[in-house]
Amino acid sequence: MNARTFLIGGIHPEENKLTHEVATQVASLPRQAIFPLSQHIGAPAKPVVQKGDKVKVGTLIAEAGGFVSAPIFSSVSGTVFKIDTAIDATGYRKPAIIINVEGDEWEESIDRSEQLELVKDHPELTPEEIVNRIKNAGVVGMGGACFPTFIKLTPPPTAKAECVIINAVECEPYITADYRLMMEHADEILVGLELLMKAAKVTDGYIGIETNKPQAIDLLSKKCADVFGKTGYHVEVVPLQQRYPQGGEKQLVDAVIGRQVPAPPAIPVNVGAIVQNVGTAFAVYQAVMKHKPLFERYTTVTGKRLANPGNFLVRMGTPMQDLIEVCGGMPEGDNKLLAGGPMMGKALTSTEVPICKGTNSVTILSGDDARRKEPQPCIRCAKCVGVCPMGLEPYLLAKLSAFKNWERAEHEDIVSCIECGSCQFTCPAHRPLLDNIRQGKQTIMGIIRNRSAKK
Amino acid sequence: MNFILIAVIVLGVIALIAALVLYVCSKRFAVYEDPRIAQVNELLPGANCGGCGFAGCGGMADALVKGADSGSLEGLSCPVGGSEVMGRVADLLGMAIANGEPKVAVVRCGGTCELRPKIAEYAGLRTCAAMHACGAGETACGFGCLGCGDCVLACQFDAILLNPETGLPEVDEEKCTACGACAKACPRGIIELRKKGPKSRRLFVACMNKDKGAVSMKACKASCIGCGKCAKECQFEAITVAGNLSYIDPEKCRLCRKCEKVCPTHAIVAVNFPAPKPKPDTPAETSYTGQPGPSSERKEETV
Repeated sequence: MNARTFLIGGIHPEENKLTHEVATQVASLPRQAIFPLSQHIGAPAKPVVQKGDKVKVGTLIAEAGGFVSAPIFSSVSGTVFKIDTAIDATGYRKPAIIINVEGDEWEESIDRSEQLELVKDHPELTPEEIVNRIKNAGVVGMGGACFPTFIKLTPPPTAKAECVIINAVECEPYITADYRLMMEHADEILVGLELLMKAAKVTDGYIGIETNKPQAIDLLSKKCADVFGKTGYHVEVVPLQQRYPQGGEKQLVDAVIGRQVPAPPAIPVNVGAIVQNVGTAFAVYQAVMKHKPLFERYTTVTGKRLANPGNFLVRMGTPMQDLIEVCGGMPEGDNKLLAGGPMMGKALTSTEVPICKGTNSVTILSGDDARRKEPQPCIRCAKCVGVCPMGLEPYLLAKLSAFKNWERAEHEDIVSCIECGSCQFTCPAHRPLLDNIRQGKQTIMGIIRNRSAKK
Repeated sequence: MNFILIAVIVLGVIALIAALVLYVCSKRFAVYEDPRIAQVNELLPGANCGGCGFAGCGGMADALVKGADSGSLEGLSCPVGGSEVMGRVADLLGMAIANGEPKVAVVRCGGTCELRPKIAEYAGLRTCAAMHACGAGETACGFGCLGCGDCVLACQFDAILLNPETGLPEVDEEKCTACGACAKACPRGIIELRKKGPKSRRLFVACMNKDKGAVSMKACKASCIGCGKCAKECQFEAITVAGNLSYIDPEKCRLCRKCEKVCPTHAIVAVNFPAPKPKPDTPAETSYTGQPGPSSERKEETV
């Protein structure tokens, strides 16, 4: 078994997968569920319920607010308490629907049986029908970016999809939600993959898994042979070396099929690949086969000082505080609360932030881990250049951003940065490289948008 | 001998051809520039701050001359040079000056360290822009000053400085030229260019928090809660409350200070007014920018 990986850069942070072998628990229902209207990339959803309305589990509470947008469904039954603002993962108060939970009554259209539905038993599922069901169920990328899935499945006419790649890399330290999902729902994931391949009208599928998850590789390889052996599909489990940020779309495409995605605005489908997270495959299975919209997800709650870190199947809208309580409460002393993992996660200042579509983990770093080290002058070691998976020069981009030299920064391809943080992680002088680059990238993206709007 | 002669002739011919090309080009592609533009440019301060709204003093000079040609200098004013420079420019162009009212930058946040407690520690890049992108910042207020001093860095006139005690920037009215660089640099748009007012007296709401009253009060004791008491009190309809935030229109405000007295959170700040009735024990005081509330320390200033 010869494990592949992407061509340039990358790091290998300490894994700290504390919850690898902790079976998933079903989190208890919150007393009040909070649904931010902006849980995905694109336009915020528009509420379709009013204060005092009764909702069930799976009731549509907000419809898509534009083409790049996704509807939001209630994860609980109860009464709409108010449509107000609530702190979300951006750290700001944003419009949200707040529902008081009463009982646990589900919409009748949802199939709650455990029985595995197969694609071959459902001839009514044309590619268009699958995409439609995915769209109407509010499925978005579950890896954290939350890009509406149906858009990825309908590529622009200039590009042609050739394969679907399932992202089961989970290269981010601490997080184990995807691994637990694979171990517990491998069959459903494979049906989900088949649906994705059918929807994208391709016959090739790949599942990229890092070699630190040998059991998942074995399990999925075996099941793949069983499920896809006699069909027209060619599906392969690709073991990958452990290397961060392999879970980045472009890095994964490089690692799995050896093609490099050009600089933005190119996307993976320009080289023929549609990348979907393993959680998305599971959500697609549930949306299409079980008529279950996206309102639940697998989430890891972890941290070295947490008493009982664990993996949870959690209803969206549950405040993080509830899950942290189950894990033994916030540790003593200084903590850093992150929505996501330690590399890409977003630091939060409130535990009232709800679990959303993209919250793959709640990570609590404590003590020294929670602090940054004092920045020192750059020693020109070029380590950041060596680890950048996009082949950029982070020290230069950081400096150009700090000096607001936007023209040169754009020329140096700052918009190609995927904000993986490898540069900052590896910097021996602890310089805030990514902080600067992110500032510059945002500014330049704004400049580019203005420029194209003027044309 | 012949050799030298040939060289001289060849070079001479080349020089003639080149001169001819240059002459034709200079006539054919000449761009006429009004000589007044250069003269006006001489008069302008040359700071290239962009406070006038143009790319630099050159752009302003161009606009002034064009304005003079079209018959009005309205809307054109150099915040750095003020009326003095504008007067000289107008003389040169033979125009009457359209003198704008003098303005000054005001910081619309009263969330001092004392009134707005920290709930978290920010360890990233210490610029307001970076902190703003990261979330609400170190306090629970998502609208207030972040205190990293992007405005201080932006100011070319040394007119804005952070007060280490309050954590808020303070504007030196003497130095401020109302160029607007600080207002542009602030990622939260807290700094407003406001009419300086008679004797530099003005009233404004030192808060930008649009959250509901209960939420904003929890984050900061000096926040505007949008109760609307000030708007009811105002006889001149100068105050509007929109989105849980009150705003005093400087054009309509008559500086009666009634709103200031009714504001329950002391979010309305009066600047450079003489103390109402100086009691014998206490020295005469005036409230100062960004120092709301009777409990907060007031900076002394001689008027």
